[in-house]
Amino acid sequence: MARPILDPAVEAAGSPPATVPNGWTVRRTRRRARQTAGWLFAAPALAAYTIFVLWPMGLTVQYSLYQWNGIGASTWVGLDNYRRVFTDPELFDTILHAFELILYFCVVPVVLGLAIANTIRRIATTRLALVARTVIFIPQVIPLVAAGITWSWLLASDGLVNQVLSAVGLGGVTRAWLGDFGTALPAVGVIGAWVLLGLCTLLLLAGMSKIDPALYEAARIDSAGPLREFFSITVPSVRQEIGVCVTVTVIAALASFDIIYISTQGGPGNSTMVPGLEIYRQAFFNREVGVASALAVVLMVLVLACVLPIQRLTRETS
Amino acid sequence: MSRRISRRRAALGFVALTGTLAAGCGGPGSDSSEPSETGTGAALAGAPTCGDEPITMNAYFETGFPMPTALTDEFTAQFPNVTWEIREDQFAVITQNAPRVLADDPPDLMRLPQVSELVKDGLLKNLDGYAEAFGWDQWPASQLEQLRLGDGGRPRGEGSLYAMGLNFSMTGVFYNKTLAEQIGMTAPPASLAEFDDLLARAQQAGVTPIVQFNGGATGGFAFPLQNLMAAYGEPGPINDWIFQKDGATIDTPSNLEAVQHLDEWIKAGYFDPDANAMDYATMMSKFIAGGGLFMFNGDWESGNLDQQLPGEVGFFLFPSAEEGGALATMSAPLTFGIGTNSANADCAAFFLDWVATNPEARTVAVEVGGSHPMGLPDAPMPEVQEGTVTAETLAAGAQIAEDNGAMDFIANATGAIYAQSWTPQLQRLFAGEQTPEELLRTVQSDYESQVGS
Repeated sequence: MARPILDPAVEAAGSPPATVPNGWTVRRTRRRARQTAGWLFAAPALAAYTIFVLWPMGLTVQYSLYQWNGIGASTWVGLDNYRRVFTDPELFDTILHAFELILYFCVVPVVLGLAIANTIRRIATTRLALVARTVIFIPQVIPLVAAGITWSWLLASDGLVNQVLSAVGLGGVTRAWLGDFGTALPAVGVIGAWVLLGLCTLLLLAGMSKIDPALYEAARIDSAGPLREFFSITVPSVRQEIGVCVTVTVIAALASFDIIYISTQGGPGNSTMVPGLEIYRQAFFNREVGVASALAVVLMVLVLACVLPIQRLTRETS
Repeated sequence: MSRRISRRRAALGFVALTGTLAAGCGGPGSDSSEPSETGTGAALAGAPTCGDEPITMNAYFETGFPMPTALTDEFTAQFPNVTWEIREDQFAVITQNAPRVLADDPPDLMRLPQVSELVKDGLLKNLDGYAEAFGWDQWPASQLEQLRLGDGGRPRGEGSLYAMGLNFSMTGVFYNKTLAEQIGMTAPPASLAEFDDLLARAQQAGVTPIVQFNGGATGGFAFPLQNLMAAYGEPGPINDWIFQKDGATIDTPSNLEAVQHLDEWIKAGYFDPDANAMDYATMMSKFIAGGGLFMFNGDWESGNLDQQLPGEVGFFLFPSAEEGGALATMSAPLTFGIGTNSANADCAAFFLDWVATNPEARTVAVEVGGSHPMGLPDAPMPEVQEGTVTAETLAAGAQIAEDNGAMDFIANATGAIYAQSWTPQLQRLFAGEQTPEELLRTVQSDYESQVGS
């Protein structure tokens, strides 16, 4: 501490200075120094965020106002691209499909996940619980491409699904599930549900393991049945985990791309086309960068509109 | 003590950032340099060569097709000063990246998707000067017709030459000889009625008559459909439509008959029931496994089929509606081009000429590629073993040249027509959710909006 003070701001950030000329000035200098240091610490992350998130986002908004093929000159078209997104059935239907997928990607995994996690919780100490947990989480580990190919074999007209159906006397309902207009979207949804179920189960199970066993004991003393326990203790206790599951799966449904791309590529006849795939197709195959960007912006707003209320709901409980 | 950045401020910052972007920088792409001279429009003093200096050629080829690489190997063997740096991608990747690659880092030689848009953006070298210097303009006009474009990329089929073929491929019907024998098919059908009869006989015998892919983003029913179109009508008007000539339409009475005929096949259950969920690779493995009698496909598979099922597979051109009528089918050059700003354009042009004229190169084109080489009709042809599919497809190529029956593919009319129109419409037709009339009307209206934009 014997060395002279060279820069009061820097020094202030570390230890209190030897002399105190004026309390107010010191506090202000100190605060400013802290702010500077804070910004410096945040700077790398902020720079990365700006370059890789905010900047491309801004560019997307900009592109959405132009008609542009990605190479040549562009023409300002104002909000025309947005008008097309909402009036062209080919584009708008993709958004409807995405909402339909929420049923399979979100509702099914969360509801089933709750039931499965609750069952596993009750047998937590047995070896069966470990096996069940592993089996259910495996879809998360398998590369999605491999899973997509496997499912397209399973769902083919001579695939395992139809073989089983025929074996149990349901030969009448067999079909090429991914190639049929009525069943392609649900079939893709089933693949998504299968993938996301493991994630939801694991998250919910983690949440349930934090619940104080005394609560269950107390409930049992009050002669509560398993159902009552489930709805009065388990579900309210894992509300936050449910919130996370719903958020992640709703985003997965609305922004889905990979499962569709591998299994149906949007076919047959656009019946499984989702915004993510349509954006890719518009931008890279049709070279309509403006329309693709407009759809991307709409998709982003939709995702935020769906996810922010969910976030708020779960935050209020904490 | 820490100061929070208020949400409002963050939001304002974001709006300000986007605002600056949207207002301050002008439209995207406006700064891209317009090439002033796109090629060798003027005649060259002499035919260019690769010279004697060491030279490294930068090439961009399609994954899964060994012929271009085999050609470059042979070329280096003959001209040791030339080495090749080759990058490969799947065709879908090339399709989506072509404009950017040609604009930013143009290869000397590149496998090309549909070229109209590329020419419109000035990304491809005009090859007229090379064509004159090498004498490509003496070749049968139909070989290069599809690679000629008017100023600004429209119409196709006439104008300056912007790309070249390494060979030209052709489509038709492959059949499984064992299954054919089983249903008593002794010779390829001579008329559409005979073909229909074979389909019915196959079905009765419990054989899947046609295994054809129609799933994903590439509706393979466009193959039989266009063959049916040519059976009922003339190839000329179909080409005009593909080449975007003014006033051309796909919605014609003879094309309607073709779609209706296809619809009858669908309703009769002649196609593999999985068609709408089947991609190209699945079709190939099914056909090779004996899963169907017929497959509509191109001679690029000849070499593969000769290897996988030697002597087991036959090929014929789709018959005309009337016996003895002129035959027509899809035939297209395997398209390669030179970027406007490519560094070694002269050497690339010399290579393209060598591919069509050098006997060893022509042998590679046939033996590895399975298709007919480019060039003059009397140029040397390699010996091909009798009884192979390759021999049959080459013979069919000669027949098409005689009947002047080459058509481009209806999927190539615009960059988006295949994925956006043909594929979903044909998938609907297969599912019984679209009528033939409405199918043609929809494709035509999509076409008009795409050509107009």
